[in-house]
Amino acid sequence: MTEAPAVEARSAVKEFGQGETAVRALDTVSVAIRKGEFFTLLGPSGCGKTTLLRLIAGFDSTTSGAILIDGEDVSELPPNRRPVNTVFQSYALFPHLTVAQNVAFGLEMLGRPKGEVAARTAEMLALVKLDQLAGRKTSQLSGGQQQRVALARALAPRPKVLLLDEPLSALDLKLRKEMQGELKRLQLETGITFVFVTHDQEEALTMSDRIGVMSGGRILQIGTPREIYAHPTNRFVADFIGETNFLSARVRGGKAVFGGGVEVPLSRPAADGDVTIAIRPEHMRLVPQGMAGALSGTVSHAIYFGTDSHVHLKLIDGTEIVVRQQTDPDGSGGPKPGAVLGVSFPPAAVQVLED
Amino acid sequence: MARGTFTVTRLPGFNGIAIAVFVALYAPIAMLVVNSFNAGDSIAIWEGTSLRWYERAWANAQVKDATLRSLIIATTAATVATIAATMVALATTRKKPFRGQTAVYVAINQPLMVPEIVTAVALLIFFATIKVATGYQGLGYLILAHTAFCIPFAYLPIRARLEGMDMTLETAAADLYATHWRTFRYVTLPLMAPGILAGFMLAFVTSLDDVVITLFVKSAGQDTLPTYLLGQIRRQVTGEVNAISTVLLCLTVALLTTFFLLTRKKS
Repeated sequence: MTEAPAVEARSAVKEFGQGETAVRALDTVSVAIRKGEFFTLLGPSGCGKTTLLRLIAGFDSTTSGAILIDGEDVSELPPNRRPVNTVFQSYALFPHLTVAQNVAFGLEMLGRPKGEVAARTAEMLALVKLDQLAGRKTSQLSGGQQQRVALARALAPRPKVLLLDEPLSALDLKLRKEMQGELKRLQLETGITFVFVTHDQEEALTMSDRIGVMSGGRILQIGTPREIYAHPTNRFVADFIGETNFLSARVRGGKAVFGGGVEVPLSRPAADGDVTIAIRPEHMRLVPQGMAGALSGTVSHAIYFGTDSHVHLKLIDGTEIVVRQQTDPDGSGGPKPGAVLGVSFPPAAVQVLED
Repeated sequence: MARGTFTVTRLPGFNGIAIAVFVALYAPIAMLVVNSFNAGDSIAIWEGTSLRWYERAWANAQVKDATLRSLIIATTAATVATIAATMVALATTRKKPFRGQTAVYVAINQPLMVPEIVTAVALLIFFATIKVATGYQGLGYLILAHTAFCIPFAYLPIRARLEGMDMTLETAAADLYATHWRTFRYVTLPLMAPGILAGFMLAFVTSLDDVVITLFVKSAGQDTLPTYLLGQIRRQVTGEVNAISTVLLCLTVALLTTFFLLTRKKS
């Protein structure tokens, strides 16, 4: 028998409003989040990621479908009876309580003995390195410190799942980087399942075990950061995460045929027909025109970025693409506008999109 | 200040008007306070300093009686009004705007809009009917009437406090295993406490100060401090009235200062 997932959504639907004017914020979402996993819900604002998080926490109830935590259907349970805790985007620290009282709140509400509450609170404050500030009012803390209190408060009751709603968005860049490492450390040390919501693709790629990419109330793709980046299955995922070139081609007998008749063998099977193909700019190389297996294009302009140059080309079928080219050690200029060049790429770089 | 910058305080007559306003506001009160320490019988001619009017007022059984009644009415009315106002404020700010919310808002603030004399006459007739039917003559009528007109005064600061409160805090409490009641007890209530206290004090002062409705509603022998003072002035103005007014002034100023400090602290 396999272990029950930490969190599972089964055909979860959430509609706001009623009748004709109802807005479907979450459209039949099914996902299973494994125990001890750092799972990220990634997507632009309004994609339904926060809605899904609120359904798991119990702040909103599903219109249809079910939410399971540790194999138990919690769809009908109020938030205070679900074994999950949340780190809010605004932190939502209680301003009338001290740092320690904030951290102890959940344990006290659970009716834990005083001694245990005190010990656990101290342990949590040490974990987030705030033991010196236990007696402070939360309004006297910096943004980063408030963030740590919010984390300690949510982790103190040892939830089965920790939900994090864009917790780093209010921090400046340097602090955000620091907290990313901190979050990852806390997750490894506590072994608690983290469900992390963000719109920042870099954050998602660097921190997650798996990512669920969301758009329009649906989860479009679930996979490890490598899978999501290297093998996006659809146009939205390919476009939202990293930069991508989209090319039209026709699949025939295990080969992709591009405009101009260039054929490239596919490394993974795909059904015959007209398709869109995604290729990352850094997987393309500029070669002399006319080389076998290379597309032909005219350089429109090149932008120098120091470590690499982004060369913009127009292919013969009119498609505009970008090729990232490592700069030369001697600092010599890249391709000149108007130059006609070949664009080559390994078969493994070709990702056939499903839609 | 840079030349050419428009400054309203530089307009001709600005200082004069300001001074006139302050004189109009404070000169009568200053005169009252000063005269309360007058040793003479006249309230216009100064005959030296003394506390005799305070002593006389203190010894006056009628004054004691009226003061006690005023305090009972104000305390009870302000307490009940504050509880009611707290519930109304929670209902009008905690939930998503509901149908008829503006109607509730207007309804609860009726005493601020309907002329007090109209309310007074209406209450007189209404309570007279009940008095005849039940035979009850007690303080209940006054307390009920005061409670009603105190509600908007208690409501406004409580509502202001609640509107400035982050509703995510209650969500966070629920997330941390607090039941509805415990969320209210440990998060909502402590956070709105300054508003509630401010509301109570505003209601208390409003009740303590009321003349018109009290005059119409009270039965014989139910004088409050303001109506007692009014009765005294009708006969003969003595320094006692000045002394009582001064005490009332001090009490009100003390309460309103506390109110100000409490409401300021939140920002």
